[in-house]
Amino acid sequence: MFSPTLTFATGAVLVCAIGAVWMTSVRSLIRMVSIQGLALGLVALILGIHQGDGGLIATAAVVAVIKGFVMPFLLGRATAGGSLVRETRPLVNVPASLVIAALLIVLAFATTRGIGRFVGTAAGRLVPVGVATLLIGFFVLVARRRPISQMVGLLLVDNGIALVAFLCTAGVPFLIEIGATLDVLLGVSVLMVLAQRLAGELGDFDLDALQELHD
Amino acid sequence: MTEGWPVLSVVAISLLQVIGVAVGGPLLVGLMRKTRCRLEGRLGPPIRQPLLDLRKLIRRERTQPEHASWVFSVAPLVFVSATIPIAAISPLVATHPAFASAADLFAIVFLLLLGSVAIALGALDTGTAFGGMGASRAITIGALSEPALLVAVIALSVPARTSNVPAIVTRSLAHPVWLATPQRLLALVAFLIVIVAESGRLPVDNPGTHLELTMIHEAMTLEYSGSDLALVKAGASMRFAVLLTLFANLFVPWGIATAAGAGHLALGLVSTVAKVAILGVGLSTFEVAVAKLRLFRVPELVAGAFVLSVLAVVSALVVP
Repeated sequence: MFSPTLTFATGAVLVCAIGAVWMTSVRSLIRMVSIQGLALGLVALILGIHQGDGGLIATAAVVAVIKGFVMPFLLGRATAGGSLVRETRPLVNVPASLVIAALLIVLAFATTRGIGRFVGTAAGRLVPVGVATLLIGFFVLVARRRPISQMVGLLLVDNGIALVAFLCTAGVPFLIEIGATLDVLLGVSVLMVLAQRLAGELGDFDLDALQELHD
Repeated sequence: MTEGWPVLSVVAISLLQVIGVAVGGPLLVGLMRKTRCRLEGRLGPPIRQPLLDLRKLIRRERTQPEHASWVFSVAPLVFVSATIPIAAISPLVATHPAFASAADLFAIVFLLLLGSVAIALGALDTGTAFGGMGASRAITIGALSEPALLVAVIALSVPARTSNVPAIVTRSLAHPVWLATPQRLLALVAFLIVIVAESGRLPVDNPGTHLELTMIHEAMTLEYSGSDLALVKAGASMRFAVLLTLFANLFVPWGIATAAGAGHLALGLVSTVAKVAILGVGLSTFEVAVAKLRLFRVPELVAGAFVLSVLAVVSALVVP
């Protein structure tokens, strides 16, 4: 039972990352991030139950609550008042982004299968999924221009790192994982405030409008 | 490939499949129209209406545009005759139709592509604005959806260690564990999107409209009339039926006849018809709930199917 459920949960994390590249409407982007956070919590929960590790189960609960509910709520708040409904001008259009995402997945699997063999567990074999999520997150950061999409990219990168950590190690210490998660939460809050100030000053969310200094 | 299967029954199976697809395709279209009408609170035409339409069209005179070349009149024939071999050799009713060893995945996708290219060339041949527009749109979508179909079925062929479609179905019947893996789920979603895109169903193309801004398949068939139009319509419904049946048998293979004999064949036929009818009603119900996608967002949808199928192949290779 352990291996198939773990495969499904890690697979869900990657599918959500692809979904974040695929969808352009802000609402479905946020939903993707939310589902991905819950899937990540599920991965930690399955590993925690399998290893009989109470700390990992507690980490799973914290990850699921913060990444599955709190961050999507904050993101939703940041965009609630704005007129922006979808990512309007990505640097790379969606079909090309999807093909690039496919290449990134192949790249991740081609380069990091060795790590899985080195770790040697059933979970270790799934490490490339985490790396692929991370790469897709970086790609979203580069290719999308709206702050909301960039926050989503940041969250994808963080979820990819957390997934690799869960799969590689015999349980991340509770304190470290909660520290990292709260760090990202703080980052998202700051970005959210920045986005709202941007919208207040310029009436728009476009980061490219920030080209010269103001008083 | 066909040991234990008498030659006569193998030929009978293929004949049954071709006739079943030729009659069942229009009936499937009629069933989907009926479902849609019922869900919208209308009575709707009878289910056999598309068949009656075909009979009516065959009797009508066929006219040709003045400057059309031979490509125009050959295209509908190629369109239909590229679909017939797929219906004959694919595992639709039984796992061993005639020439089952030729039913390679690449051969089937090649035949599908041959049909699409033929009809697009026929549309381009007359030089009308609509024909060219429809052809360019159909090829734009097909350029993404045909590879997605190929890659999605490759994901299924990796655990079966063969690209022969009947063998894939036989081996998934022998190993039911394969049916519930992540890569199969991904391939399933990709395959469904490809079916919708290839057969011009609702989120991609609206089969009921002739609005120039939106139509894709209908734009290519505007110049055809009489028996040519009947061929095009029959070919389109046959492609749709073949794709849906292949989908049903690849992902839910139970019920397909695995041994020769009238009893097995009857059971296989009934189960296949039931599976395809359920899928058709389901798709039609889904169509009532969605609006047509903007044309420029259709490539996004199909590219998504392509990524999902690539992911399916990668995970099939990595997670045994």
